[in-house]
Amino acid sequence: MKETPLSNCERRFLLRAIEEKKRLDGRQTYDYRNIKISFGTDYGCCIVELGKTRVLGQVSCELVSPKLNRATEGILFFNLELSQMAAPAFEPGRQSDLLVKLNRLLERCLRNSKCIDTESLCVVAGEKVWQIRVDLHLLNHDGNIIDAASIAAIVALCHFRRPDVSVQGDEITLYTPEERDPVPLSIHHLPICVSFAFFQQGTYLLVDPNEREERVMDGLLVIAMNKHREICTIQSSGGIMLLKDQVLRCSKIAGVKVLEITELIQKALENDQKVRKEGGKFGFAESIASQRITAFKMEKAPIDTSDVEEKAEEIIAEAEPPSEVVSNPVLWTPGTAQIGEGLENSWGDLEDSAKEEEDEDGTDGAVILGSTKMDAGVEVSNIGSQDAPIVLSDSEEEEMIILEPDKNPKKIRTQTISAKQEKAPSKKPVKKRKKKKAAN
Amino acid sequence: MAEAVSVVAESLAGDRARAARNVLDQVVLPGEELLLPEQEDAEGPGSAGERPLRLNAGTRSRGRVVCGPGLRRYGDRLLVTKCGRLRHKEPGGGSGGGVYWVDSQQKRYVPVKGDHVIGIVTAKSGDIFKVDVGGSEPASLSYLAFEGATKRNRPNVQASGMGVIGQDGLLFKVTLGLIRKLLAPDCEILQEVGKLYPLEIVFGMNGRIWVKAKTIQQTLILANILEACEHMTADQRKQIFSRLAEC
Repeated sequence: MKETPLSNCERRFLLRAIEEKKRLDGRQTYDYRNIKISFGTDYGCCIVELGKTRVLGQVSCELVSPKLNRATEGILFFNLELSQMAAPAFEPGRQSDLLVKLNRLLERCLRNSKCIDTESLCVVAGEKVWQIRVDLHLLNHDGNIIDAASIAAIVALCHFRRPDVSVQGDEITLYTPEERDPVPLSIHHLPICVSFAFFQQGTYLLVDPNEREERVMDGLLVIAMNKHREICTIQSSGGIMLLKDQVLRCSKIAGVKVLEITELIQKALENDQKVRKEGGKFGFAESIASQRITAFKMEKAPIDTSDVEEKAEEIIAEAEPPSEVVSNPVLWTPGTAQIGEGLENSWGDLEDSAKEEEDEDGTDGAVILGSTKMDAGVEVSNIGSQDAPIVLSDSEEEEMIILEPDKNPKKIRTQTISAKQEKAPSKKPVKKRKKKKAAN
Repeated sequence: MAEAVSVVAESLAGDRARAARNVLDQVVLPGEELLLPEQEDAEGPGSAGERPLRLNAGTRSRGRVVCGPGLRRYGDRLLVTKCGRLRHKEPGGGSGGGVYWVDSQQKRYVPVKGDHVIGIVTAKSGDIFKVDVGGSEPASLSYLAFEGATKRNRPNVQASGMGVIGQDGLLFKVTLGLIRKLLAPDCEILQEVGKLYPLEIVFGMNGRIWVKAKTIQQTLILANILEACEHMTADQRKQIFSRLAEC
C-alpha cells in the first residue's frame, strides 16, 4: 500500500509553525517525546516507546565457531525490521533504502563503538564463541526510528543474561539457569543515537522529529554518543550543508539528551531488577497503563466488606443445593479444557470429527499403497511385455484403475497415483474408472 | 478448517439471534445474527426452525431496511461483521425500517458511496485528478466536478495540493469513530470548540479534519483538543475548555 501523501497545506503549515518555534505536539525545539521502557518476562526483551514510535528489542545467543581472522572474539549481530504493522507503506521482505540505512547506522553505533566486550564472549579460542543476536522490530512508526531502535538495542543488551559456561580441559559445560545464574554481558558504555532535523536549508533545527516533521525536513543529522560525551558515530543525510558551529551545537545538545536517556535506562533496569528480586509482577502485561479507556484492565472498585460473611451464609442457607459440577477439567482434545458446568465446548468435537476424517483418509491411502506394493512385481512384467514406456507425469487426469487386492491384479498400474487421488477414498473402483474414461 | 469455523459461527448465531431493537446501543460481535422488528413480529424468536429473517417478503410495505457498515445480508439473514455498538436511525417519513449500522473503532477508511471526504490530489492526468481519500485505491475526480468549473474555465488545482480547501490551515488524521462523534447533530464538542476561537473547520468521513484559525498557535491548540477529545468524559472536557478559555 502506498504512503498517504502529504498535502501542500500540511507542509506549509508545518514549516510556518517551525518558523514560529511551534511543534505539532506542543513540544519545544529541543524536547524529546516521552520515552517509556518496559521489559518482557524473559531476559533480553524490551519495548521502547518514543511517543507513539514503538520498537521491540529481543536479544538471543548461540555458541558458534568464531570468524577465522578473529579467533578470540564473540560475534555481534544486529537486525532491524520494519514490519507492515508499523506503517502500511512498509513492504514486507524488501530491503528498502531506509531499512539499509538504519541497519548500517545501528551497526556503526553499537558494534563499531565497541560498547560490548566481544573478547569476554569467547569460550574456547578458535573453537567456540558466543554469537549475540539483537533483533529489533518496529511496531509502530511515528518518526525517529533510529533513536528508538538504538535505545531498544542497548537496553535489551543490558537486560540480557547469557547462560554460564565452564571449560575443564576439553570439556565445555553449559549450565541451565537453574544450575547457575545466567551472566550479564560486559558492557563498557551505552551509545545512544540522537536525531536532529534541519529545515529551510539548516536555518531551523528540531530534536526528535516525528513522522510528519520528518517528511518536510531538508536534512537529518544523527549523532551517537555515550554519557562520557564521546561521539560514537555521526551521520548527516539529506544533502544539506552544515556549518561547523551547527554540528558543535548539535553535539552539545546530544550530550545533554544522552545523559538524560542514560539515566532513564539505568533507572528502568534497576526497577526491573528490583521487581524481579522481590518476586513482584513484571512483564509487558503489567506495564500497560490501567487507568485509560483503551486499557484492558479495570480499576479496582472499593467494596463494603463489613458483614459479608453473615450475608454469604444467609445466601447459602437460602439457596438450593448446587447442581452437579464436573470437578475435573474436561479435556476434549489436547489444548482445550473446560472446568465446571455450562455449555459444552463444541470446538473439540469439531476437531475430533475432522481428525477422524483425516484418519480415515490416511488409512485409505495406506491400503491402496499396500495393495500396489504387493502387485509391483506383476505390473513391471506386464508393462515390459506391452513394450510401452512408463511415463511419470504429474497431471491429475491419470488413468488409475484400482481393483481389490484379492482380485486378479493383472491390470494395475500405479505409478501415477497423485497425492489428491491418494486422499480420496477409493471404495468404488469401477465407478472411478468410468469417470476417468469420461474425462479422457 | 474454514468450513468448521463457519459452521460454528452459524450455529452460534442461530442460537442467539437477538432482536435488533433490543440491542440498540449495545455491543454486538461479528458472527452474531440480528432480527429486525418485522421478522420479530411475524415469526419471533420463539418459532424455532423457521428462518428468522426475511428481507424480501412483506417488508417492503412497512419501510425499507438499510444495512449500514458493519452489517451484512447473508441470504435471508442479517449478520454482524464488526464489533461495536449497534445504531439505528428511523427513516424520515414512515415508521419501521430505517438504517441499522455498527459504530466501531477503526482508523482505516473503507470508501462508501455518498460519504463526504477530504482527499489529497496526488496526480493530474488529462481531465482527471487522482485523489487519495485514504482508501485502498485512489479515487478519480473529473475537473468538471469542481464548483464553477466549465470546459473553458478549469479549476486551479495543483497536484499534491488542496486547491479547493485553501492553502493555509492544518490537515490531520483522527479515528473514524471520532469523526462520526463530531459530526453527530447534537455534538457538544463542536459547540464548545466554536466558543473558544473563530475557526474554519472541515470534516471528512475518511478521518481527516482540516482546521484553520487566526494564528498558527490557535490552529495547533484546536487540532490537539479535537484529537484529545476522543478519550475524555464530558466532565474532563469541560474542565479543559474552561481552563483554555481563561488563558
